[in-house]
Amino acid sequence: MARNVNGLLSRLGIVRNPGAAVPHRKNTKDCATVELPVPEKVIMVMQQHIGAPCTPTVKAGDTVYVGTVVGDSPAPFSAPVHSSVSGTVAKIDSVIMPNGAKVQTVVINSDGQQTPDPQIKPPVIRSDEDLIAAVRASGLVGLGGAGFPTHIKLNPAPEVKEKVDTLLINGAECEPYLTSDVREMLENSQDITEGIRYVSKLLKVNQTIIGIEDNKPDAIEIMTKALADLSKEGITARVEVLPSRYPQGAEKVLIHQCTGRTVPMGKLPADIGVVVMNVTSIGVLARYIKTGMPLVTKRVTVDGSAIQNAMNVRVPIGTPIKDIVDFCGGYKDTPAKILCGGPMMGTALMDDAFPVLKQNNGFLFFDRKEAEMMEPTNCIRCGRCVEACPMNLMPTKLEAYTKIASVEMLQKLSIMNCMECGSCAFVCPANRRLVQSIRLGKTIVRNANQESR
Amino acid sequence: MENKLIVSSSPHLSGTVKTRNIMLDVIIALIPALIASVVYFGIRALIVVCVTVASCVIAEYICRKVMKRPVTIGDYSAIVTGILLAFNMPVGIPLWIAAIGGVVAIVVVKQMFGGLGHNFANPAITARIILMTSFPVRMTTWVAPYSYITLDTTSTASPLALMESGNVAGLPTYMQMFLGERAGCLGETCILALIIGGIYLIIRKVIAPTIPVVFIGTVFILMAILGQDPLMQILSGGLFLGAIFMATDYVTSPLTTKGKVIYAVGCGIITTLIRLFGSLPEGVSFSILLMNILTPHIENLTATKPFGTVKEAAK
Repeated sequence: MARNVNGLLSRLGIVRNPGAAVPHRKNTKDCATVELPVPEKVIMVMQQHIGAPCTPTVKAGDTVYVGTVVGDSPAPFSAPVHSSVSGTVAKIDSVIMPNGAKVQTVVINSDGQQTPDPQIKPPVIRSDEDLIAAVRASGLVGLGGAGFPTHIKLNPAPEVKEKVDTLLINGAECEPYLTSDVREMLENSQDITEGIRYVSKLLKVNQTIIGIEDNKPDAIEIMTKALADLSKEGITARVEVLPSRYPQGAEKVLIHQCTGRTVPMGKLPADIGVVVMNVTSIGVLARYIKTGMPLVTKRVTVDGSAIQNAMNVRVPIGTPIKDIVDFCGGYKDTPAKILCGGPMMGTALMDDAFPVLKQNNGFLFFDRKEAEMMEPTNCIRCGRCVEACPMNLMPTKLEAYTKIASVEMLQKLSIMNCMECGSCAFVCPANRRLVQSIRLGKTIVRNANQESR
Repeated sequence: MENKLIVSSSPHLSGTVKTRNIMLDVIIALIPALIASVVYFGIRALIVVCVTVASCVIAEYICRKVMKRPVTIGDYSAIVTGILLAFNMPVGIPLWIAAIGGVVAIVVVKQMFGGLGHNFANPAITARIILMTSFPVRMTTWVAPYSYITLDTTSTASPLALMESGNVAGLPTYMQMFLGERAGCLGETCILALIIGGIYLIIRKVIAPTIPVVFIGTVFILMAILGQDPLMQILSGGLFLGAIFMATDYVTSPLTTKGKVIYAVGCGIITTLIRLFGSLPEGVSFSILLMNILTPHIENLTATKPFGTVKEAAK
């Protein structure tokens, strides 16, 4: 009811209704996760997180097991990388990441046995410090896509930690196609509640909220039941049902929807008392504490017009994408675009030899028809981008000021606040490459600020 | 992989509403008024529309070719300009003047500034004003409705001119005004048809009602304050046509809702002032043109406040 009123008011131009009505295309939501057979080789990329890259801790010829650390960094802002197979290190190599950076890799030939590392045992947790150390050792990063090291997120500065009163679990999964998070909720709801037990205690929060879009009624039902059990133990937890309107899962949008709080520009969620975790991340955390097996596999959604069988697959991290394609029946049509992540914020890959990273939650294979975007035409100043922007920016103006490289105006219009969700470009009737322009504009501003320093 | 992949920036998905669909919706929204014009002024109304549309589309085609730019007639914006231009002419307009209007609108006002999206003023409005000043008599020679049946070729005064001359007795009734049974430009007379078109555009989310409601509302309130008959004032002239279809032109109106309100209030004030104190009986087109020119400034003053903008701490 309230939603209908809101829709009417937005149509009348009285209230804003930001975001975009993207198609859902959750074709794989009922596809239970299947295990990928052990690949012949895996490529462990030394940077699968935001922060300092790892350096290989093994050399060619070394024997490794499932869960053996193969890369680590002394820097605190980092996360270790573990072998996802048992076998022999073939070589230390490098790979060009989609963003153009060259990163070291550890290539491991699998022996097919999947022998766990003998040293693996459930971590002993007696204190908060033990838990933080365990989270770091698990290699866990934000699995929603950002790859923010979880042990950093769970260990805010004391003055910030004092403010934290809410744990927000992101189960929105607002990207079209992707269903790996909804499968986590349907298949592993007990792990999620177990994870909430640990984290809510660690952060001493008053409430835990799981935000789920209303196009996932089965996940809402299952999580509501699971959280009811928590409430019996005295942990206040509830499901917040969100409208299925992109981008509900964007951190700042999610926080606003679930708690009514607004993250001030340039601040972090913890500054307003909220810690946000992806729903799969918290499930993985609980499984690690239970088994001691670090993050070595990942559930990914495989879909798109060029793939034979769309499905959810649990794959060893480092598996070349081509192996997953073969498992899914191969290509139905020549792929013209391969995406890691969803179609709104995902990255286009250069080929299918690229390995799976921790933070990947889906791979989409588009045929030519689906891959080609329409040619841009003149901006007609319709204002749809301004209406759509969840950050209330003016994308068309940002594009215009990027064109003339006006650092002053770009900063005045808060270009750095753009999270590149793509709502503006999606709704643009003139097919303007708004996000691409804004990315360029951000770089122009960053460079100018560096020079002036 | 042998086959080359497309590597492009996100998003990799695009909505279905494109410039062409929007223009098509505007054309559909103009059809009720087009039908009304044929009913009241005869088949010649349709001929005038065809001439201006053809003139606009051909002018755009030739202009783009001469400028060695991609031809853009496929976005249908020239058709919209053509229909709106015809709607702003009396039915008896010589067809060559109608054709000139189309060329002026497209070449001078639109393409010379870079084409769709770059013109600072509404092409149809500006072309109408240029024709008004170039051919003042022919642009204001009105005939009575149904004169194509009665074969009464004597020219009639428009309701606005009647009001200005104080000849209130000769005015049509409110209902006649609402249905469009009065002298005037082709598309402006039938308020009912224009409102139907406007509601269609709002339902299709092509326009927000902000500009039409505030524009017409401002004129209504000001006229009431200034002792005029506010209802007759809003029903006469080109106010509904201008407010629903011309002032809402994306290109020449502000992006933000706040900006739209300021712009529409400005349109309303200028319309009222011209109607009551200017030498011309009608002021809608001039008011829109003037506010078009102010649009960039209004927009600078009404930039959105980004999400998370920190309020100045209360001191």
